[in-house]
Amino acid sequence: MNTSSLVSIADLSKEQILRLLKQARYFEENPNQRILEGRVVATLFFEPSTRTRLSFETAVNRLGGRVIGFSDASTTSSSKGETLKDTIIMVSNYVDLIIMRHYLEGAARYATEVTATPIINAGDGANQHPSQTMLDLYSIYKTQGRLDNLTITLVGDLKYGRTVHSLLMAMRHFNPTFRFVACDELRMPKEYKEFCDKNGIKYTEHTDFSEDVINSSDIIYMTRVQRERFTDIMEYERVKDLYNLHNSMLDNSRENLRILHPLPRVNEINPDVDDNPKAYYFQQAKNGLYARQALICNALGIDVPLYEKPFNE
Amino acid sequence: MALQKKELAVAALRNGTVIDHIPSQMLFKCVNILGLQRLGTQLTIGNNLESGKLGTKGIIKVADTFFPDAVLNRIAYLAPSAVINIINEYEVVEKRKVELPATVVGIVKCDNPKCITNNEPMLTRMEVLDAETGEVRCHYCNHTTNRLKANLL
Ligand SMILES: [Zn+2]
Repeated sequence: MNTSSLVSIADLSKEQILRLLKQARYFEENPNQRILEGRVVATLFFEPSTRTRLSFETAVNRLGGRVIGFSDASTTSSSKGETLKDTIIMVSNYVDLIIMRHYLEGAARYATEVTATPIINAGDGANQHPSQTMLDLYSIYKTQGRLDNLTITLVGDLKYGRTVHSLLMAMRHFNPTFRFVACDELRMPKEYKEFCDKNGIKYTEHTDFSEDVINSSDIIYMTRVQRERFTDIMEYERVKDLYNLHNSMLDNSRENLRILHPLPRVNEINPDVDDNPKAYYFQQAKNGLYARQALICNALGIDVPLYEKPFNE
Repeated sequence: MALQKKELAVAALRNGTVIDHIPSQMLFKCVNILGLQRLGTQLTIGNNLESGKLGTKGIIKVADTFFPDAVLNRIAYLAPSAVINIINEYEVVEKRKVELPATVVGIVKCDNPKCITNNEPMLTRMEVLDAETGEVRCHYCNHTTNRLKANLL
């Protein structure tokens, strides 16, 4: 069994998550090192995602490793009908680690079953994207100084939003209180509410993105509401602006509140929020680099110091 | 008299396998899984027979044929109530219930068209969440399905 791979955030224990966060912190202090000298990493992007690929490739490059791979499946033999299994086995012959993104759900899990080379899932369709979750956790940890006992408000598309589902699952170790803010059509699915019940996670549901909700939050996690998610276009027109954040809405919010968003955003965060010190989405993306450096070293079995000093942000 | 009629409904078997207590709506799915269409031996299929616990049941009797466990495991997914009887010289020499394993491999098709299992030559792998309803979750894409909705491979 291929045990150093990372397919889903649910595969990580609380201890592993905390270790990775302290290692990410170490990389934030020391982003440029030669610890991947002599290692070759493949980035196999069967579906293009420039943002994620650049972040992973920068992480490898800053640690002195080399990258091979492709950024679009149309340039590879899989477009000629080669199976995923054959592509993975072939690439395994050359590299120490495979970072893969695929449009099919479960592709990364399957890849771990056909090779002993470690795999990092960089997104498989609507299923899992654990490095995004790690950078979200790191951003929360960094801005709040802790992960325990926080009130986290999730806003927008809670039905299809892969990032909010993974974040919810990862936070189960840390006694959070969630507020789910969404229109009826994009509510948090039943299975995730059952997950909360089973794991003793407190949550409330709201259709109003109200001042009460905002003012009692430590983290507001915004997501994009996409037109194509709606069966009823009139409904989309009715709700599309109800879940947009404007700077004036933050007037009485907590001092420690931070606004997160997985990016790219469209209208859901007004540009007038950008200059508010509580806006954190651009730094959040940058944290992805450190979180991914930690994940890469972990998958390769490289020991990284744990940086224990608290944040003073 | 009534009892005699019931017994006549399914002929006696000298050697072979009897699969009893199959829920009626699952009978023909079981017939497919067992590949009975391809068998040349004597076989009897009964359905909508009276049954105390199931309401109505189906039964399959196949002469001179003994199914491997892999096949019976598929029956276990469709009809966890089924009872397998091995017959030798008109006598039941072995009687056992089928067993639904914690994971069913290569039996249930994932109903997510974007699942890797529907796009790659590979076996499906489903974790059983609820043996009663046959609710299973795909090991690869996490989609769930159940006995009534599921397509079998
Ligand atoms: Zn699946």
